[in-house]
Amino acid sequence: MHADDSEGAVEGVDHIHMKDLSKIEGHGSLDIKISKGKVDYVKLKITESKRFYTQAIVNKFAISLPLMTSRICGTCSIAHLTCCSEAVEKAMDYTPSDQTLMLRKLSLYGMMIRDHALHLFLFCLPDLFGKDSVLDFDKTQDELIKKAFAIKSSGNNLSKVIAGRAIHATFAEVGKFSHLPSEEEIKRSVDELRTIRPYVLEFIEMFYNCDFKLERDIDFVALVSKDYSYINGEIQDSRGEHIKEDRYWDYLDRIVIPYSEATGYDFEGREYMVGALSRLNLNRDSMNSKTKTDASKYLSVFPSKNIFHNNLAQAIEILHCIDHSLEILETNQFKEEHNDPVIIKEGEGIGVIEAPRGTLYYMLSIDKTGKVKYGNIVVPTQQNQIGMEKSVVQLVEANLGKSKEQIEYEIEKLIRAYDPCMSCASHFLKVNWR
Amino acid sequence: MAGKKLRIGWFSFTCCEDNTMVWIELMNANYFEWKELLDIRHARVLRRNNVLKSIDVAFVEGAITNERDAKKLISIRKNAKRLVTVGSCAVNGMPAAQRNMFDEKVKKDIEFLLTRFKQADKVRAVKEIVKVDDEVAGCPMQEDVFLNTLDKYLKEFGVMDAR
Repeated sequence: MHADDSEGAVEGVDHIHMKDLSKIEGHGSLDIKISKGKVDYVKLKITESKRFYTQAIVNKFAISLPLMTSRICGTCSIAHLTCCSEAVEKAMDYTPSDQTLMLRKLSLYGMMIRDHALHLFLFCLPDLFGKDSVLDFDKTQDELIKKAFAIKSSGNNLSKVIAGRAIHATFAEVGKFSHLPSEEEIKRSVDELRTIRPYVLEFIEMFYNCDFKLERDIDFVALVSKDYSYINGEIQDSRGEHIKEDRYWDYLDRIVIPYSEATGYDFEGREYMVGALSRLNLNRDSMNSKTKTDASKYLSVFPSKNIFHNNLAQAIEILHCIDHSLEILETNQFKEEHNDPVIIKEGEGIGVIEAPRGTLYYMLSIDKTGKVKYGNIVVPTQQNQIGMEKSVVQLVEANLGKSKEQIEYEIEKLIRAYDPCMSCASHFLKVNWR
Repeated sequence: MAGKKLRIGWFSFTCCEDNTMVWIELMNANYFEWKELLDIRHARVLRRNNVLKSIDVAFVEGAITNERDAKKLISIRKNAKRLVTVGSCAVNGMPAAQRNMFDEKVKKDIEFLLTRFKQADKVRAVKEIVKVDDEVAGCPMQEDVFLNTLDKYLKEFGVMDAR
């Protein structure tokens, strides 16, 4: 653990500039101004240059759009692919088959396992050992690292088997999957998931025992599904609000943050958080029965206001993804099916899913030729951006007696707990909602 | 040469960082071998304290969207004996460079943001700014091509037997 004393504290720290925040996805920096023991401001700058996807998608054929928008993000590309496909299908009144939905769940589970493992084991784990990087671990931690990579690999391989690739998947399309997993591939995945399941419980225990703490009195928002599968259900918040997917936009207020390449949001005027912590806070009872049995001690932590419990929540979600994947893979046979063709038609469609970092929202308007008229995409990191700043204010004011270096270390640790994805957040220019 | 390691840097500019993800996924099977063969001197995605000097091979992903990044790229080139671009955005600019193809009306719409964030008029591929020694194309990069390229430099720098 990192030293928690105030030795070497710099009196009168009045300004902190952190360039190139490390061990996060994408580029961000932070400016903090302090005076008289109070934080004047925190500016979290998402410095990832915009790639203007909201403009680039206009006039593109909607059927092929998911392959394009998956390029918004490398690590959660399957989330963009899936959410975009859902929006296109809804715009064209197309209902995918139960098998297609099952394959989507599996491809999302593979992504969640890999993505959460990346965040927990390569970004956060060094903080638990007081090290800068997993690269600094010594031989006594070799077994731990082997287990971490084995977990990550199982998610990567599950996505490959189901969706063709873990990053920018090739089999998933609007309305169907172009390829089905073979029995041999399924067996291999099942064996692999069974092997790594006990490792996951070890890591859950590790994050459960972690004493990092920053409690925030905020709203938690997530898409709540009956089987905790990330792709359907209704949006709920921690104050008891229930919202249909197509009404989500009505609750979001777009906040222009002039110093950041990304736009922020609040939820009905209130600060809120999306992500694994929100999902556990709102929907832990819907997790797989095996997960609930084996992780009951850890699940009792939720609901929690501690932002660092987002890490514990992600670790538990890995277990759920394994358990539900095993249940699906072992109780279903995937067969070639004759999907109805997607008929091009004019319309508007809204896709909402849970990406690794929280609720992902696609709204698309499509013309009669099947081309996109306009679209709007809201990603989790945009929704957490204001909350991250306010959490940093609270953390800095509680740590003012410490040295600048210690404060900076604590800030990075906190930002990492949100698991921000700057590539996602800076994808677009403005909301084209009409 | 016993104990010698290839000193590498991993750098990311404007893109979706899919190549970083592929690289990290390749660690699942290669981490312990790479730990013996590679001295990862600069990789923001893996560590906070990085060193930008005396790099044998710099792997660069992403397109260059502004002068700040162009200067950073030039500095990487100066500090690396070899520079390899990984992934489509670094190799040919796309899809990060899609704004280059916008029509005049859309370009006008986004102009204020390009000005606010001091962005260049045109997004460039890495080779438009510095000399590139090798390219690993693909969106994301092809795993086998990357591994072959890494092997090539492990041999060239005498870290692995050149036979």
